[in-house]
Amino acid sequence: MKSGWLARVLSNILGVALALFFLVPMLWFVFAPFNEHATLSVRIPENFTLNNFQVVFSNETAVRSLLQNSVIISGGVMVLTALIATLAAYGFSRGSLPGREIITYILILFSSVVTGTASLVPIFVLIYNLGMFNTYQGVILATVGGMLPTSIFIMRDFIDGLPRSYEEAAMVSGASPLQIFRDIVFPTLRPGVLVVAVMAFVSGWGAFLTPLILIRNASMRPASIAFYQFYSDEGSPNIPLVSTYAVLYTLPALLLYLFINARYGFRFFGGIKQ
Amino acid sequence: MASLNLTQLRRHFGTVKAVDNIDLAVNDGQFVALLGPSGCGKTTTLRMIAGLELPDSGEIKIGEKPVTHLPPRDRNIAMVFQDYALYPHMTVAENVGYPLKVRNVQAVDIRARVNNVAEQLQINHLLERRPSQLSGGQQQRVALARAVIHKAQITLYDEPLSNLDSKLRLEARAFLKHLQREVGVTSVYVTHDQAEAMALADLIVVMNDGKIMQVGSPKDIYQTPANMFVAGFIGSPPMNLMACTVDAATRTLRFGDNLALQWQHDLPQGAHGQVTFGIRPEYVSIRPAGEPGTLDAKLYVMQMLGSESLIMLHVGNQLVSARLIADDLPELPERVGIALDQKRGFFYGTDGNRLI
Repeated sequence: MKSGWLARVLSNILGVALALFFLVPMLWFVFAPFNEHATLSVRIPENFTLNNFQVVFSNETAVRSLLQNSVIISGGVMVLTALIATLAAYGFSRGSLPGREIITYILILFSSVVTGTASLVPIFVLIYNLGMFNTYQGVILATVGGMLPTSIFIMRDFIDGLPRSYEEAAMVSGASPLQIFRDIVFPTLRPGVLVVAVMAFVSGWGAFLTPLILIRNASMRPASIAFYQFYSDEGSPNIPLVSTYAVLYTLPALLLYLFINARYGFRFFGGIKQ
Repeated sequence: MASLNLTQLRRHFGTVKAVDNIDLAVNDGQFVALLGPSGCGKTTTLRMIAGLELPDSGEIKIGEKPVTHLPPRDRNIAMVFQDYALYPHMTVAENVGYPLKVRNVQAVDIRARVNNVAEQLQINHLLERRPSQLSGGQQQRVALARAVIHKAQITLYDEPLSNLDSKLRLEARAFLKHLQREVGVTSVYVTHDQAEAMALADLIVVMNDGKIMQVGSPKDIYQTPANMFVAGFIGSPPMNLMACTVDAATRTLRFGDNLALQWQHDLPQGAHGQVTFGIRPEYVSIRPAGEPGTLDAKLYVMQMLGSESLIMLHVGNQLVSARLIADDLPELPERVGIALDQKRGFFYGTDGNRLI
């Protein structure tokens, strides 16, 4: 079995190489913020310092971007996407709209063909004409629009997996449509709503191009753009500060994910466990 | 409690006539079973009474009040679903109390009523559990509790016992009958299990192809089936239905070559020529071959069913079953005679209806 032995060694070497490929940037990410003279190479800080954090926190624009602008934009995207996707998917799943299957798939198709960079110019024109240029709402709406097709598709799967008899039992019990949605449908769909909400939050948090073209005021731009605060006038980054800001920028999304996973657990498929 | 009246109720799905102009009157406090094979329209009828399905035409009245187009919540009904439909995110107590909660009953009163009903249904030790932590039989009782708690005018049951195993089903059946006697609410019960319908109902409605085939007490339905469908559907095994030629003048029944029988009683109107003769297996008895007044038969199979035996025989080219109360299979020769209890025989015309 000589060839088997060789294959195992090779696959282990490949595995280690892959692991290093992904691990090294992570290590840099952990070490660089605490090193006053960080470069692009991975190095354990010789003189451990929190000075970088001090400098970053003293930059008012960067702090506001992180704690205010990004929070407003991502929070808005999250709430709006979860709400609209749930209601729309409910209609798609339960309603008797003719051709709803086709509509759902066209939505998905369009979202994967016409998103992002290709649609930036029309989005800019649209938002500008709606009078929402340089506002949070403009960025929120544009991002929500991009998120909705996938979110509706995911929510529809969850709702399709929800037995109709739950709603019917509630109807017969005397509940109004609003009560049914609040007491029965929404709570049983919560795993799906959470998946969509977190996806939307992360997408809003990480959005770069859309806020870049839709918001002109530096004081209103989200953290993803505020990184430029730590670039010199010639356009070269101050690596210790950029890495520090990157850590701060990553934390909220990470914490949100950990919190929801610990509290509710994630499920990426529909259906009710009986 | 209230009476229930369906008038010319109709619901078609495309070309399928799920429910085809049915009329039904249910008295206050009656327990009615809708019985029929799958696809006969019994569930659609039930869902129209509940308001989960709207009829194409016709009228539904609960008490004196027409409810045909009212949403379910305005009908004051309760329903037990086949899958129980217990809300998975609520405890048993919350599930049972939900019909009261949506009626804005005070939390203290809900608690009291839930405890009360839970005691009646013997689920008080389960109140803090979730549906996923209950056995099938327990889930079924919780669903019943939720249905009786708000004292609806009519309770609807959609095959509520079909998800239980056979032992539990018998228990649940007895329990349901007991509960019905205590609560006494007008009930409509959908089932495809005739034993269940027989055991529970005051009135059985046999349905087929969206039409009502017969309405009657369990005894009526069993002993005098109005048509060949009911005769062939009710009973296990069902009634023997034999093609037969009647000569009314000589009162002779002919089941084939050399298979003639002299009829001792008056023949019903129209029993002449080609008819179908029906008789239940318990009224067919086995005699020695060639005995006068019997038909020649050839043994096909014998089945021992515990307290009784089922003997299947060929009479000419027709299969006939006979039921014997016996502890053991009898020793029988291959050729025997069969005697028919003539008082228990029926004639069905070419349209399938019983000739009277």
